[in-house]
Amino acid sequence: MTTKPFTEVNAAEAQQILGSPQRPILIDVREQDEWDAGYLHGAVHAPKGTIGFTIANIAPEKSAPILLYCAGGVRSAAAAETLAGLGYTNLTSMAGGINGWSAAGFPVVETTTLTPAQKSRYSRHLLLPGVGAEGQQKLLNSRVLMVGAGGLGAPAGLYLAAAGVGHLRIIDFDSVEASNLQRQVIHTTDRVGMLKVESAAVQIRALNPDVNVEPINGMLTTENVVELLDGVDVVIDGTDTFEARYALNDAAVKLGIPVVHAGVFRFEGQLTVLAPGRGPCYRCLHPAPPPAEMAPGCGVAGVLGVLPGAIGVLQATEALKVLLGIGEPLIGRLLLWDALEGSFTELTVRRDPHCVACGDGKREGSAA
Amino acid sequence: MSISVRIPPVLRTHTGGAKVVSVEGATLGATLQALVAVHPELREQIFEADNTLRRWVNVYVDGADVRHLGGLETPTRDGIEVVILPAMAGGAAAPDGE
Repeated sequence: MTTKPFTEVNAAEAQQILGSPQRPILIDVREQDEWDAGYLHGAVHAPKGTIGFTIANIAPEKSAPILLYCAGGVRSAAAAETLAGLGYTNLTSMAGGINGWSAAGFPVVETTTLTPAQKSRYSRHLLLPGVGAEGQQKLLNSRVLMVGAGGLGAPAGLYLAAAGVGHLRIIDFDSVEASNLQRQVIHTTDRVGMLKVESAAVQIRALNPDVNVEPINGMLTTENVVELLDGVDVVIDGTDTFEARYALNDAAVKLGIPVVHAGVFRFEGQLTVLAPGRGPCYRCLHPAPPPAEMAPGCGVAGVLGVLPGAIGVLQATEALKVLLGIGEPLIGRLLLWDALEGSFTELTVRRDPHCVACGDGKREGSAA
Repeated sequence: MSISVRIPPVLRTHTGGAKVVSVEGATLGATLQALVAVHPELREQIFEADNTLRRWVNVYVDGADVRHLGGLETPTRDGIEVVILPAMAGGAAAPDGE
């Protein structure tokens, strides 16, 4: 084997070097979200991918002692190779990385307000680019209105709660029935007869005590919708009447709150994100509701239990994307899923400039 | 010329369960008229009395809403896919409350 152009040390040796008079420049080469979750005291952050560009500012002198670390020691070794290639001569990589450092009982600097229990609970989020500690904190500070605790609301509510969305306001006017349990997995057999919002609150609190559940037994109407939307970041629309859906849409447009809309029927479902100012609203999609006799629901037509499960989880996914500001939310796109075919179809939905709710000049005027 | 018209689940009771119906027509309007000629029960679901589209029924040609194309005058060509999509009641309509 050829000799490496750098030295490797373990955590204890690194700690000694850092305490010595010739303290090296300590560089953390991990990604932002990893850094956010905690770093070594005195470290400079310079992700491996760009260290070749940033190093000149951090260590203008190429003979300066540099100690690099990452999560486990692989990336810091690679970064050391990169720096050696640039002419740096006094390079050390910490084998085992910050994980080994922590395991050895040495301290790290905490950068967030997440508790140790939260760091453990959300550890898989903390590892994710685009989420991390900062994103997790955003979720914990977020407020979601869930209209309905039924087929769509059940899975969406469970996953939003698991994800650590800090405040879930849930409105529903029904009680749990045995016929709900085939798909509404937030409810249980022993809670048949209980109000759905109460049953949902029991399950969410059991799943994640970080979540503040606000159960509201009632129906969304034009009278209460503005109050329901107060302070809300995103809405999960699991409405079962057109009256409620249009009332929700019109108020959400005025207040500029995105709504994750979905519907299911038998073996098929659909989903879109209605984001005021960024895409169409529900009235752009469907300017007028059909008369009741032309819009049969699942109560008469049936629905495969997993259908609202999958679509509700997709709603939760879209809500998380909107809350975190990551990815491409389904704005201006209507996704259709045919479970029997196993196929997805995407339709383009556009904002209607003449829309009575969000058309040109409407929103600003109404909101004023 | 054959055009596939995709029938949404809520309307399949009017097509004997058929999910896709192949018809012919030089425009979207002619295509949909050919469709309702084959499945007459669909007529009142899709069309107003004056043969305009019902307001709650959206029609897409190759993924685009025909209201932003040429409406019923939108010309068709072989192989295009037409999707009919009425407003859905949602989670599930009342009695069972979604």
